[in-house]
Amino acid sequence: MGVDGNYKWVGKRTVRPDGTDKVTGRALFSADSSMPGMLIGKILRSPHAHAKIKSIDTSKAEKLAGVKSVVIGKDFPNLPNKTISIGILAANFSEMSDKLMARKKVLYDGHPVAAVAATTSAIADKALSLIKVEYQVLPHVIDVDEAMKPKAPLLHKKMITVGVDPAPTKASNVASRCEFGFGDLEAGFAAADVIIERTFKTKPAHQGYLEPHGAVVSVAEDGQVTIWCSSQGQFMVRSYCARLMQIDEAQIRVIPAEIGGGFGGKTVIYLEPVAMALSGRAGKPVKMTMTREEVMRATGPTSGTSIDVKLGATKDGKLTAGEAELRYQAGCYPGSPVGPGAMTAFAPYNLENVKTVGFDVVVNRPQAAAYRAPGAPMSEFAVESVIDEMAQKLGMDPIALRELNAAKEGTTAPYGPKFGPIGNEQCLEAAKNHPHYSAPLGPNQGRGVASGFWFNVGGESVASVNINTDGTAVVLSGNPDIGGSRASMAAMAAEVLGIDYDKVRPIVADTSSIGYNDLTGGSRTTFASGMAVCNAATDAVDQMRTRAAKVWDISPDAVEWSEGHARPAGPNAGDFEPMSLADIARTSAKMGGPITGRAAINAQGAAPGFGTHIVDVEVDPETGHVTVLRYTAVQDVGRAIHPSYVEGQIQGGVAQGVGWALNEEYVYGDDGCLQNTGFLDYRMPVASDLPMIDTVIIEVPNEAHPFGVRGVGEVPIIPPLGAVANAVSNAIGVRMTDLPLSPPKILAAIKNGS
Amino acid sequence: MSKHHVTSTVNGEPVEFLCEPQETLLDILRDQLDLTGSKEGCSSGDCGACSVTIDGRLVCACLVLGAEAEGRKIETIENMAEGDTLHPLQQKFLEEAALQCGFCTPGFLVAAKSLLDRNDNPTETEVRYWLAGNLCRCTGYDKIVKSVMDVAAEMRGE
Amino acid sequence: MAQIVLTNDLGRQFTGGETTLDMDVTDVRDLIRKLDQKFPGIAEVLQDGSMAVAIDGNLHQDAWLEDIGPTSEVYFLPAIRGG
Ligand code: FES
Ligand code: FES
Repeated sequence: MGVDGNYKWVGKRTVRPDGTDKVTGRALFSADSSMPGMLIGKILRSPHAHAKIKSIDTSKAEKLAGVKSVVIGKDFPNLPNKTISIGILAANFSEMSDKLMARKKVLYDGHPVAAVAATTSAIADKALSLIKVEYQVLPHVIDVDEAMKPKAPLLHKKMITVGVDPAPTKASNVASRCEFGFGDLEAGFAAADVIIERTFKTKPAHQGYLEPHGAVVSVAEDGQVTIWCSSQGQFMVRSYCARLMQIDEAQIRVIPAEIGGGFGGKTVIYLEPVAMALSGRAGKPVKMTMTREEVMRATGPTSGTSIDVKLGATKDGKLTAGEAELRYQAGCYPGSPVGPGAMTAFAPYNLENVKTVGFDVVVNRPQAAAYRAPGAPMSEFAVESVIDEMAQKLGMDPIALRELNAAKEGTTAPYGPKFGPIGNEQCLEAAKNHPHYSAPLGPNQGRGVASGFWFNVGGESVASVNINTDGTAVVLSGNPDIGGSRASMAAMAAEVLGIDYDKVRPIVADTSSIGYNDLTGGSRTTFASGMAVCNAATDAVDQMRTRAAKVWDISPDAVEWSEGHARPAGPNAGDFEPMSLADIARTSAKMGGPITGRAAINAQGAAPGFGTHIVDVEVDPETGHVTVLRYTAVQDVGRAIHPSYVEGQIQGGVAQGVGWALNEEYVYGDDGCLQNTGFLDYRMPVASDLPMIDTVIIEVPNEAHPFGVRGVGEVPIIPPLGAVANAVSNAIGVRMTDLPLSPPKILAAIKNGS
Repeated sequence: MSKHHVTSTVNGEPVEFLCEPQETLLDILRDQLDLTGSKEGCSSGDCGACSVTIDGRLVCACLVLGAEAEGRKIETIENMAEGDTLHPLQQKFLEEAALQCGFCTPGFLVAAKSLLDRNDNPTETEVRYWLAGNLCRCTGYDKIVKSVMDVAAEMRGE
Repeated sequence: MAQIVLTNDLGRQFTGGETTLDMDVTDVRDLIRKLDQKFPGIAEVLQDGSMAVAIDGNLHQDAWLEDIGPTSEVYFLPAIRGG
């Protein structure tokens, strides 16, 4: 083993263990399970963007035959108004509870105000229509810049901006201010020959997972709760439900269903506690599934943003200073990803003078939820656009400018620490040498380049490896498999154990069958849970070495493990016939009982990922329509445990980024209500919108991981926004700063020129 | 409100069910016949996760009423493999990692099979446009399109 | 002595703007304890899970027991959440 080894299973394109279930329709997603006697739960939602709830009358609904329970905000516990950390997440349970079910005010179109459980879906619908809610409509605000104006309607009357000294005396919609950076900006800009300043806007984009949220929840008479649901973390669901409903974690068992996409959007919960309240009252299991309209109106897109960037450089292309102010929509309560946005904005560059300031701003929209590399795509889009423009002004090749200023090992990151070994330069070089970069362009075509950076995270993971007496192994881990992680876990376990991939069966365990795991997110699963699986497999190997040592009557240190066999370590250890894993497993009863390797870790040493993307587009000057002609994505992943799924993650991230850059946006009416609540007009890319997406995998191993893994999932959504905008700008000769680049905007830009 | 009595053939088996006038074929398949392989991503005909064939024609089951199944032959993802042998498309999707979360996969497979049933030599553009009614948020379509092209070539004996 | 760097926000809240300090510490827990002696109240923020720490370029979250060498560079930064 070791990060530079030659591997039998790691890095191979194996067939995923859960694959057959998924191509035959057997795999059970959240909406696919049901229970005897199950009721259907539904939610009544606010039709207003901002309103006081004057009264709620549920009496008629309660009397309807077939209705078994009705709940409103006051039926949920009131909780302390404080932000606490739960694993890799932060949560304020008072706010979270209010988001689940509004108390005094509704804060966005779609905010839940009541819920019912009934024997059929039709009766539940009828019951919702019988609930009378009296609202006093209040003025609303949605755009982030509007929300920051002194006269803007206030969402929370007592909100005082955190992070400003001295603290403001007046309430505003600005929840907090954060600041990063170092050096002397004034001196940096004074040393510049060219300074560019621009303002950028991005629209909120939805994660767009195909599977709507869903859950089946049973609260038994003795208070035991069982939850079947799809989420990015069964333990997250358990922690949140326990705190929101004020019961012990041990009383809740969360069984993870297969998850039909999450991308960050399933790191929060919307239905489970409501279903718990309904089920507890009705004494029957309750199933709740969202419609697509509910998903769009009431679940978390990421923030819309407004960003100013100022960048200085000398004539020969040395960047002298970078400054950015970022304003992010948080949604109805604080918590936009402006912090990571501010930390990542300039991260691909070596800057001596840098400052980023971020504002977290509440607006009348659903709470922003994490979306792949939360906060980074927008801030890096803004900076990558200015870098492109700088290259043009200086008459430099855009990759050459990036190379000249590239962050490398030892560079101080804009958020503080020095980088260890990173693959930024390798990505730039691979992009520059890729045939795509020198291919000729036709009329109305443009090429764009952009880089991207994400931290990647570690966190808590538990795994166990059970060795069966027939020489096979079952690997238990606690992270939902969102994109092939079972295959990676099985490959790593097979590699460490030295047995065939097909002899390893990976299982995603429920919350009562394995110890705590942070959720699948931040690109942590293959890194952190992978590390736990490797450690657990190593633990099993150590036990088997010890047993072989006993049989041979030598010290365990004199036994080595290779290719699935215990062997005497060198001639001095003695001359014994190697014992295979199956040999040792067969006699496990006689040698002390079953062999189970375990690991419980808080994985440290997550290492950052970089990527560089190249895209060619063609703009139709008559219609303003953009066609993506060719796409190449280069990324350092540390080690690709399963190259096909690494490529797939990159390609999927690119598609989402292209959608964000070109099509996807929320359209609100004057009443603050969302107008595009379906896939027809929230236009995600379809197969005919995209070309093949070429991927180049760079492997600069992360020394902290047994196989060198960095993490893959976040980086690929970052560069597409900047790359596409740069390509379009280059095609039409006008700098485009306002995403999405919809045809009307492009036509207007062509018409008005620069 | 009285229920309709419907007789049809699903995956080769005769079935009978009672359905409300407003219930869709997707509701019937999933909730009454326990065929949950067809997924509901939107219930408005925009995502293709519910793709099935009716008398050989590719449709979104969420846009068809249960009552319309009367006398028709319905095929779903559950009947795509023959016995213990996966359909070549299913096999290729597995080998090429043409799925990540797998939620869109049944719909893509049903739609792709329906394409290959009528066109054994589609161009990449034809594949992309035929599958444009199926949304996938995970894969960027690259490996899906490649798999379909590869299977077409294999089935032609290339 | 190890070089300790706080965020600008921590500096503003607790240290009167000072963000770079030289300290003799053995591990993260020791560091937090000593910082709290100098700047009372800072420990709560450093330990509530909202902050991560980078030691010689390696990122750690919730890692009390991580060693800090005599010449280590230690940076506090907001904990990274993920999608
Ligand atoms: S569920 Fe039928 S098309 Fe989306
Ligand atoms: S694989 Fe997840 S939507 Fe297609």
